[in-house]
Amino acid sequence: MFADWPILSLLIWLPILGGFLTLAAGRDAPVVARRLGLSVAVATFVASLPLWFMFERGTAEMQFQEVASWIPAFNVNYHLGVDGISMPLILLTTLITVVVVIAAWESVKDRIAYYLAAMLVMEGLMIGMFAAMDAVLFYVFFEAMLIPMFLVIGIWGGPRRVYATIKFFLYTFLGSVFMLVALIWMYIQSGSFLIQDFHALQIGMTAQILIFLAFFLAFAVKIPMFPVHTWLPDAHVEAPTGGSVILAAIMLKIGGYGFLRFSLPITPDASAVLDTLMIVLSLIAVVYIGVVALIQSDMKKLIAYSSIAHMGFVTLGFFLAFYIYSNTGDWQGASLGIAGGMVQMISHGFISAAMFLAVGVLYDRLHSRQIADYGGVVNTMPWFAAFFVLFAMANTGLPGTSGFVGEFMVILAAFKADFWIAFLAATTLILAAGYTLWLVKRVIFGTVANENVAGLSDMNRREFFLMGLLAFFTLLLGVWPAPLLEVMNATIDNLVAHIAHSKL
Amino acid sequence: MDTIYLLLVLAPLAGAIVAGLFGRQIGRVGAHSVTIAGVAISFLLSVVVFYQHVFGGVGVYNESVYTWMVSDGIRFEVGFLVDNLTAMMMLVVTFVSLMVHIYTIGYMQDDPGYQRFFAYISLFTFSMLMLVMANNFMQLFFGWEAVGLVSYLLIGFWYKRPTAIYANMKAFIVNRVGDFGFLIGIAALVFYTGSLNYTEVFAEGQAMSEATITIWPGWTFGLLDLALIFLFIGAMGKSAQVPLHVWLPDSMEGPTPISALIHAATMVTAGIFMVARMSPLYEFSVPALSFILVIGAITAFFMGLIGLVQNDIKRVVAYSTLSQLGYMTVALGASAYAAGVFHLMTHAFFKALLFLAAGSVIIAMHHLQDMRAMGGLRRHMPITYVTALIGSLALIGFPFFSGFFSKDAIIEAVGYSEIPGATFAYWMVLLGVFVTALYTFRMFFMVFHGEERYDQAHHYMPDHGDGEDHHHHGTPHPHETPWVVTLPLILLAIPSVVAGYFIGPMLFGDFFADSIFVSEAKDVLAQKGESYTGVFGFVLHGLVAPAFWFAMAGLATAWYLYIKRPDLPAVIADRLRPGVRILEDKYGFDRFNDWFFAGGTRRRAFGGLGVGPGAPCAVRLPLSLCIRDDHRPAGPDVRLRDLRGFDDDRCEAHRCFKERPCLLTGPF
Repeated sequence: MFADWPILSLLIWLPILGGFLTLAAGRDAPVVARRLGLSVAVATFVASLPLWFMFERGTAEMQFQEVASWIPAFNVNYHLGVDGISMPLILLTTLITVVVVIAAWESVKDRIAYYLAAMLVMEGLMIGMFAAMDAVLFYVFFEAMLIPMFLVIGIWGGPRRVYATIKFFLYTFLGSVFMLVALIWMYIQSGSFLIQDFHALQIGMTAQILIFLAFFLAFAVKIPMFPVHTWLPDAHVEAPTGGSVILAAIMLKIGGYGFLRFSLPITPDASAVLDTLMIVLSLIAVVYIGVVALIQSDMKKLIAYSSIAHMGFVTLGFFLAFYIYSNTGDWQGASLGIAGGMVQMISHGFISAAMFLAVGVLYDRLHSRQIADYGGVVNTMPWFAAFFVLFAMANTGLPGTSGFVGEFMVILAAFKADFWIAFLAATTLILAAGYTLWLVKRVIFGTVANENVAGLSDMNRREFFLMGLLAFFTLLLGVWPAPLLEVMNATIDNLVAHIAHSKL
Repeated sequence: MDTIYLLLVLAPLAGAIVAGLFGRQIGRVGAHSVTIAGVAISFLLSVVVFYQHVFGGVGVYNESVYTWMVSDGIRFEVGFLVDNLTAMMMLVVTFVSLMVHIYTIGYMQDDPGYQRFFAYISLFTFSMLMLVMANNFMQLFFGWEAVGLVSYLLIGFWYKRPTAIYANMKAFIVNRVGDFGFLIGIAALVFYTGSLNYTEVFAEGQAMSEATITIWPGWTFGLLDLALIFLFIGAMGKSAQVPLHVWLPDSMEGPTPISALIHAATMVTAGIFMVARMSPLYEFSVPALSFILVIGAITAFFMGLIGLVQNDIKRVVAYSTLSQLGYMTVALGASAYAAGVFHLMTHAFFKALLFLAAGSVIIAMHHLQDMRAMGGLRRHMPITYVTALIGSLALIGFPFFSGFFSKDAIIEAVGYSEIPGATFAYWMVLLGVFVTALYTFRMFFMVFHGEERYDQAHHYMPDHGDGEDHHHHGTPHPHETPWVVTLPLILLAIPSVVAGYFIGPMLFGDFFADSIFVSEAKDVLAQKGESYTGVFGFVLHGLVAPAFWFAMAGLATAWYLYIKRPDLPAVIADRLRPGVRILEDKYGFDRFNDWFFAGGTRRRAFGGLGVGPGAPCAVRLPLSLCIRDDHRPAGPDVRLRDLRGFDDDRCEAHRCFKERPCLLTGPF
């Protein structure tokens, strides 16, 4: 019954219009703003459920397509559709937005209507970006998304927010300019802005490498990959809790999505040539950034670095394919790596969101993110401590939690590529345990460190609900990832088949 | 059939969830009732399963429960493989777990975390069952890490103690070093076979032994050798083999019931079980078996020696556990898998018994653990005394006690083995018998015999640094512990005596025929079995073998030094000062790690390489976290001071970071 409905348009415009409505109606009435904002977020989430349940498994075709002409002169269309890669990310977006709206309930006191509006508009833009099948449409959403995030960090952020926002904006914006050039070049070659037409386009090696590098600049900054990762810790530290959650849970995924949607299928030969670079950078993220995470004294920075290390698994999984082929003469294992990277993205969406929320819970009480200001929190906040340890374990990739699934798949695939790639990737077992458990030891365990900790009150029902919700998904994905894989498998197999054919 | 296995596994999980989430609502009695009920169900069903498989002629059960996921044509499944090996492990795990559950009622009765403790040990039982019942590598890894998680939670159970929360992190991270190898081993097997399922992987064993992998130009290994050595690195972490043993002595910071259940009887034997389960693969790799043999032999002898100089009763038993795990490992290396698993079983009973007896003594001494302030306890604690004697005799391998059969079988099997390292291993395990008898009865005599030294107690009382006065600090007046403590002792004493009589079917019969594969050329147990005529014949043969006389010599030495001439040990220690110092230093493993990874990295390893000043502290810190040992032999005060130093500016790594944060965090 929903099959003919423009679900994707609804998912894009409902939160955007709802966001402006929240702003208009709730500008001077925080209670109205909260209720309205939550209603919009929940309605969007509910509206996104048909995507999951009515999605046709077993095909790589774009589904729920909508087409309307937009700029006929340049053959630009308002063309939407989802496949097994984008659909789970859209659901993640709608879910996390609900979490963020609830998280803001009491912790954002200043101009809540503006804050919620920014979050809802951002949700719509991000969904639009995941659903866009037209490159111009994609680019517009991709850039527009920066604005609300810029505002969220710039207005509700910490003391160094101006520095952080400018750094964030410059990094991400500079990267994407080159992508625009690449898109226009391909339009000139193909006469179309449809991303699928780009996939089919025959491109020479030099051009492929240039296009790959243009996309690389745009997406590597987003993920972020070493060495363009340095904006992320600053942005996280200054961002309010909700901003950090969106940033970690969804925005970082845009880079990973971009590699799958653009880089690999459009420039497979360049990817094959430059995969060593990608793998080395990924492994640096896993190993070096993991070590850097160890020595952080700020909880948010630690989790930010941990995010970069975990996203290293995403890019690693994506670019193993060509190594596997040259090592084994077979593509078997390539889709395991890519699927592993995808699962890692979804999983990281839950876990990093939960970790940042946990820091937010503490920050709301003591207004400090410094590890040294805490200690023995378990004595006063036992439920919080239980959740914290659970998510910490998920962060270390404990089997039974979602954090394990993607890393396991990528490491299995990595061994097919090269022994040393698997070896270095697997060091995450030790490093992640090191930085996460040391954080737990210093913040959660021990005797009550000071009077502030002694005065802490455990989570309220709102916070409990959020943590419980994310814990549910973290465990569900860890215990039974099959449904997610069923959604993705056809698309990923199709992608591997596509990149196995040279365009030269 | 599915239902019985599912129920068996899920009953303890259900108990854990109820006690963990609703502990406050159901109260203490509710918590222990529900968890004990869960584990009791598991135990009874394990008995049924064992009966069906061993006597009822039920064949091997190997079915998937559900498909975890499918990706790239590989099916990741959750399923059970139940054969005689599994059935035996299930019985041991659930039986010891049930005993420990009951014992805990007495041991933890004053503890505010009572419900939490029961939730954890039930969760552990679930995890361990998942591990032993797995029919594929992924589930094995799940159980492997899940028991590690529960171990982490339980070592740090008293989370206010700095030593406990340090020890649990160390345990988890050192175990992760092993798991790192384990995961690579699994990846290597999947690389070749494309499957995670045991049966499918085992079928490729022989073919895989001919495959090679070049990991560096000109550096080619047998793929199977590589995979199996990496898998065994996982076992070295979990089963605490040198050099990944450093976490186990520290794990004694946890409550005693879990030392018995997790760090003696079950979890630490997971590595032994794993190798035995993988025997269809290990049989095709002599290099891996040799590696196992040598590592096990080193652990068996040298860890036993450390037990000689420990004064904390739990640490003596802990080093004994390390040494006994070494014996099991040696058996695996000699292809006597059945003997390793047999010793695993007997050890589970008598070592759990010894730990729980030690716990009973600790209760009686008001949480004092130092043997120098004990003595003469046999008069006050008759049940603990007798059961501890049974456990000690089983441990040293006294004839007719269970340990005699299992240990003798291992030593003889190693004697028959012809793989590289076997001669070395033979002498190590043989000399180890003397050491075992010596430290065991040193402990036994110091605790239960001799003069009462309770007035010394205040010198040796542990200071947990949590600022709370838990315990009475006067002179203890020990008396026998309540029945919930002594009943498990008695129930564990029975199998500690009689479990050895199953040696016929388990080692020389076809008990493990469906589970363990041994190639004919290496079948040392079959060689031994040719002369096997029965239990009495085995004992008679044992009485003329050197191992028995080594044990008697150890026992006599202990008697002479600690009963006859109690003044002598101090004199001897003085004469052998350098040697004793090495043992007290635990061969410097912890100190080396501390120096190399924590202190020395910047100066030596990295200074020489010219790496920038930021990197060393980054590299140094992770390892300084996990391997730095704060348990100096000088006593609790020093060790606590060290520990505090670790958390403040005295820790070099920490200071180094404070001075130059930007070098690391902002290279761009």
